[in-house]
Amino acid sequence: MTCLPGKVDKTLGLVIDLDTCVGCQACVTACKGWNDKGDGLLSDQDAYGASPSGTFLNRVHSYQVDVPAAPPQIINFPRSCLHCADAPCVTVCPTGASYKRAEDGIVLVNEDACIGCGLCAWACPYGAREMDADAGVMKKCTLCVDRIYNDELPPEDREPACVRTCPTGARHFGDLSDPESAVSQLVAARGGFALMPELGTKPVNRYLPPRRKGAVAAGPLMPLVDQAATGIAGWLDRLLGKI
Amino acid sequence: MHPAPSVILFTVLSGAGFGLLVCLGLGLPAVSGWFAFAAWGFGYALAVGGLMASTFHLGHPERALLAFTQWRSSWLSREAWAAVATLLTLAPMALSDWLGLGLPQVVGWAGAGLALATVYCTAMIYAQLKTVPRWHHWLTPLLFLTIAAAGGAILAGPLALGALLALLSGAVLFAAFLRGDTAFQAAGQTLGKATGLDRLGHPSVFEPAHTAGNYLLREMIFTVGRRHAARLRRIALVALAALPALALLLLPEIAGRVLAFLSYLIGAMSARWLFFAEAEHVVGLYYGRHG
Repeated sequence: MTCLPGKVDKTLGLVIDLDTCVGCQACVTACKGWNDKGDGLLSDQDAYGASPSGTFLNRVHSYQVDVPAAPPQIINFPRSCLHCADAPCVTVCPTGASYKRAEDGIVLVNEDACIGCGLCAWACPYGAREMDADAGVMKKCTLCVDRIYNDELPPEDREPACVRTCPTGARHFGDLSDPESAVSQLVAARGGFALMPELGTKPVNRYLPPRRKGAVAAGPLMPLVDQAATGIAGWLDRLLGKI
Repeated sequence: MHPAPSVILFTVLSGAGFGLLVCLGLGLPAVSGWFAFAAWGFGYALAVGGLMASTFHLGHPERALLAFTQWRSSWLSREAWAAVATLLTLAPMALSDWLGLGLPQVVGWAGAGLALATVYCTAMIYAQLKTVPRWHHWLTPLLFLTIAAAGGAILAGPLALGALLALLSGAVLFAAFLRGDTAFQAAGQTLGKATGLDRLGHPSVFEPAHTAGNYLLREMIFTVGRRHAARLRRIALVALAALPALALLLLPEIAGRVLAFLSYLIGAMSARWLFFAEAEHVVGLYYGRHG
């Protein structure tokens, strides 16, 4: 059913720390690794050829930011499904393949009902959905729904693969509807924000802003630069200065 | 957005087909006998042929029947229902005209209303998308409706009405071009807002997320050569509006209608190609498009 659930019991989602992300692409690899196996393949085309292309549920961009009155910064920016409360990708779906779960708010695709029309990807502002060229159906982040409730896995592995693998702890997973949860506390403490809120999608995922860096301190070798030379070096210095 | 040939063919042919069904449903002109058979048959062929073409771009056309299930929320699903309702409602009217059964014209009026509703649903699939500012406007359904109505009137309606609707669709197309050119900027989305990095400073792309192509780049970040676009706009305006109006008003009726419709098809297809090719999706911001 592609009408949105009126109320969800939980809103599971990710909190991504743009201050800590180093752009190593480990989350991209872990995501592909977990989701590209068994009967849930994420196909690649011409993977080792001249023009490779593939289906990914997570992409990491890299931006340079000119900061007023401070040094510019490089910000790595992971981009994946934000599991929006008012998900336009769900309501546009003609077949009911695209849906939002009432129990935890996760947005999923039932691949057996997807006709591959692509309209959900058009409706998503964030580019979170990619059509699998081999399977002919739409693929998207599942928040690793097959990990987070999986009793076969040790408790520490019951979180999305991207979160589990992140070497800098830049990715966090939890219930953003619970103000007491660790992720909600983090968002409150760091001023976490949503992407393009004007579009009315009400994203669940939050991004933590990069911390502002201080002004560039004088380098440790700076005092040496203006040191007046003495002796032969000083004579040479004066001589060369006159030429 | 990527201008898929199957979708361009579908929207233009089925649009003209439903436009023709509107004319016949309204009894403009009243037809009978084998001429009615041919006229209704042509309308049905265009409309159904267009609908068939639309399934060519699907990943799984064999599941197309599922598209009837979500009419509560999805314009694509509503379009499917409206199309089937139109074809079923007008079928007895077509039979009546052909065999002289004398069915009241009100059935045709109902079918004509449903045909217009079908074209409206098609347009709303695009107009509903906030992610494509060029489409997200009432000019989009008006454009689809006037182009469809012009197609029908050129084929079957009173000659003056055909000329008028052709000129009207050209005027709406021109307005859509003008408004569309500033739509993205007016919507106010930037890379800074898309990433939230505007709170830190002015962001620009340092490194792409991937060096090879992907679905997003192919499907939604299609870039059209500006020079071609300007030329194609002129072709669309002349072929859709000016030439059909002249042909209908100046040439003998049959030759006028045939030439006008051929010109109309070229114009409508050019306009529809531009409709997709010039549409910019906000996801392009993440890839450094739109400044």
